[in-house]
Amino acid sequence: MDVTEQASSKEATKIENEETSSVEIKVLFFARARELTGVPDLTLKMPSGSTTQKCMDELVIKFPKLEEVRGCVVLALNEEYTTDSAIVKHRDELAIIPPISGG
Amino acid sequence: MEANGGDSSEIVRELEELKLRKAEIEHRISTLEAKLHETAAVERLDAAVSNGYSSPAAIEHGLDHGLSPDQIYRYSRQLLLPSFGVEAQSNLLKSSVLVIGAGGLGSPALLYLAACGVGRLGIIDHDVVELNNMHRQIIHTEAFIGHPKVKSAASACRSVNSTIKIDEHVEALRTSNALEILSQYDIIVDATDNPPSRYMISDCCVLLGKPLVSGAALGMEGQLTVYNHNGGPCYRCLFPTPPPTSACQRCSDSGVLGVVPGVIGCLQALETIKLASMVGEPLSERMLLFDALSARIRIVKIRGRSSQCTVCGDNSSFDKHQFKNFDYEDFTQFPLFAGSLKLLPKESRISSEEFKEILQKKERHILLDVRPSHHYKIVSLPDSLNIPLANLESRLNELTSVLKEKEDVNAETGPCTSLYVVCRRGNDSQRAVQYLRESGFDSAKDIIGGLEAWAADVNPNFPTY
Repeated sequence: MDVTEQASSKEATKIENEETSSVEIKVLFFARARELTGVPDLTLKMPSGSTTQKCMDELVIKFPKLEEVRGCVVLALNEEYTTDSAIVKHRDELAIIPPISGG
Repeated sequence: MEANGGDSSEIVRELEELKLRKAEIEHRISTLEAKLHETAAVERLDAAVSNGYSSPAAIEHGLDHGLSPDQIYRYSRQLLLPSFGVEAQSNLLKSSVLVIGAGGLGSPALLYLAACGVGRLGIIDHDVVELNNMHRQIIHTEAFIGHPKVKSAASACRSVNSTIKIDEHVEALRTSNALEILSQYDIIVDATDNPPSRYMISDCCVLLGKPLVSGAALGMEGQLTVYNHNGGPCYRCLFPTPPPTSACQRCSDSGVLGVVPGVIGCLQALETIKLASMVGEPLSERMLLFDALSARIRIVKIRGRSSQCTVCGDNSSFDKHQFKNFDYEDFTQFPLFAGSLKLLPKESRISSEEFKEILQKKERHILLDVRPSHHYKIVSLPDSLNIPLANLESRLNELTSVLKEKEDVNAETGPCTSLYVVCRRGNDSQRAVQYLRESGFDSAKDIIGGLEAWAADVNPNFPTY
């Protein structure tokens, strides 16, 4: 009984920590994404455990114009290809890369 | 003064004539040199054969790598490179490369590919050389202004290296000729400037199993990747959905610093040389991002081939027949050539000459210029109102109040105020008129061909850019 109670309270603290703790990531904008946001990079504070998709949602709230390229960007996390469901960690670097077609 | 003016225009005319003749003579010289070289090679071969040898000059000199003494001397600095050497050079001389586009990217790429000794170099482009190309398309010279870019680029390549074979394709690349043209080469270099071409070339490379060295540059940024190489991804794996029209721009619309495509074009030549000579590690499954302003080059690892890809994926049924019938302009909602859009019916448009008459007759109107404000600052028509297309929706009330002012002033006289819309080339003006008519501005008409038509047909002194 005691043991279980201890375990569950531990679990609760852990959840609470996860909810309150957050991570900071660096976001890099390229090409059209840079034009639309007007900045080459920024620091984004996200709840820990957030996915790259969640980060994109947050960025679109900050910069509604980003919606324009959202469907056609390559996302790179720490210079590696990433998917929407990847979890971002503290000090990660997320690059948002729309294609350029000029020449 | 009058006489002097006449003299100088005569001098200018004669100068232009001489320059053109000079270019033609230079072209003829390089063609003859190339021909002489070929003939000499055949003669050497004949001599070798008649002497009882069965292979060309190289064997005559006891060289089993196939390089002639001239080639050894010409390419010596590459032969001396331990990581390149005679084997890589020999591979390069046997390879063939097609460069699509002889513009900002193609210029340096072509020069380096010709110089380093790619055996056969194809150039395809449908465009002619213009003065506003010169700041970045460094392969062309002023003497070739108004002439096909392919002719100009081929002449420059021949003057750098008269010993390689150069194929001139003075035509536009389309689904109808792409398979046939691309199939003649080992490696394809995408040096084009628009999304439909990029998808078309990538799809064609997948169908033909050719590696694609793809470069792009705009403003202060560049991108570079090798697609469809050794099981790597194609352009569609990375960008299955084309970007919206607003997100893709040409250098001719949003500007570019000349050296930026120069850097990317050089890197395209480098990646091509690596593939052709089979040295080093190609930039496959990686993308190089060049940021000129911050002086940063980043290389990000990109996805591998997508099994879901509609063209190179596991279950793809995309074949040559489908390719030929695929409408890339419709897919990307972007014209293949910087041509004109046809969005509006005839009755919603007027020509620049008709607009001139309206000005002459002092007909009551408002001229709305929908170009970006930094374009408007370069040059504009007098008495025009500038509301960029991108802001038209949010600034519609401005237009309404200006219209109302005019109506109030002229309340008693004549018919209602007409609204004319102009832009640079007559595409955005059509989009604006379509939107304005939907928003209740029933009299809105666009000026066909924009300010470029105005300069061409009405006022030749009006600056174009």
